Amino acid sequence: MNSSLIPAANEPPAASPLPATDPTAESISAPPSLAELFIAFAKISLSGFGGVLAWARRMMVDERKWMTAEQFNEAYALCSFLPGGNIINFSVIFGGRFRGALGSAAALAGLLGPPMVLILIIGAIYSHYGDLPALRRALTGVASAAAGLMMATVAKMVQPLFRNRAIVGPLIAIATFVAISIMHWPLPLVLLVIVPVSIAYAWAQA
Amino acid sequence: MKTGGGTLLTLAVFFATTSLFAIGGANSAVPEMHRYAVDVQHWLSNRQFSDAFALAQLTPGPNVIIVTLIGFHVAGVIGGLVTTLAMCGPTCVFAYFVGRASDRFKGAAWHGALSRGLVPVTLGLTASSATVIATTSSYSWLALAITLGTAITAFFVRVHPLWAFALAAVLGLAGLV
Repeated sequence: MNSSLIPAANEPPAASPLPATDPTAESISAPPSLAELFIAFAKISLSGFGGVLAWARRMMVDERKWMTAEQFNEAYALCSFLPGGNIINFSVIFGGRFRGALGSAAALAGLLGPPMVLILIIGAIYSHYGDLPALRRALTGVASAAAGLMMATVAKMVQPLFRNRAIVGPLIAIATFVAISIMHWPLPLVLLVIVPVSIAYAWAQA
Repeated sequence: MKTGGGTLLTLAVFFATTSLFAIGGANSAVPEMHRYAVDVQHWLSNRQFSDAFALAQLTPGPNVIIVTLIGFHVAGVIGGLVTTLAMCGPTCVFAYFVGRASDRFKGAAWHGALSRGLVPVTLGLTASSATVIATTSSYSWLALAITLGTAITAFFVRVHPLWAFALAAVLGLAGLV
């Protein structure tokens, strides 16, 4: 979601010149240990509401200097077209790069463990009090706002898609929407047809 | 709550399969989760599904933890663990091996075609998710106003999700939704 970029607004400008007195400013820190991987991703996870990308960048690149901005962008671009959550794939690839499979497991456990504990507690509370009218109304409000945030994301994604009088891209987006939202067809079935068509078209355009 | 092994297996198979088609993250798979958990299996009501989505949004961390909550609702803590493992396991193994081999992919032509081809599909899926959540949560005029108001505001200015959620929760508490 676009809203995930908000914490970046609080950061100092990325282009600020490095102090000349610091010769190591460009260099990268020593690789993180398993415990450091777990703690780093737990912190990223717990500080991120509505998306954790901006927090990941701040910690990996600015604070710990475990990777350069270019390395971060490359790794993240790779994650964005893999199936599953971007930040989850990022934790696996990042941990694996430094500490192999155990590193991936440590980073993933840090990212997922704390929010899972939280949501299980919340789920237990909800199963007792979920029928309270006040809670129901508050959650309805939150769900409505969350739907609105997703609509804003869609509106922002639509703009570049309709440039250059493109027809196929918008048609594919509309076809996906109709198949899922109106026809209620199963996701795997829809994607197994639409994704190859869309990629083949993008390939032919290149 | 049903906690039989059959239910756990059904959860595991469904979420493992769905994870492979969750392009752009767990939120892209929200309509599929709704279709299966509410319409096919009747594990949750519409109301419980949209509540689960709202609670997951309110919890810090990746969006994928909505599956933990769905699993918990169906089969308790074990259910939550099983669905989360199923939703993350296959894609994480895949990411691990792609990450190991990523240097070989650098600059490959199909890399660009792949990401450009996935953009319109992700767009259609995100629009579907917004529709599912908007239509399952409430049909009241105020709920619709909150959805549209948030959408328009977030389109023009950066809105921190928590502020939007807090305001919407207060409006809901006031009994207006």
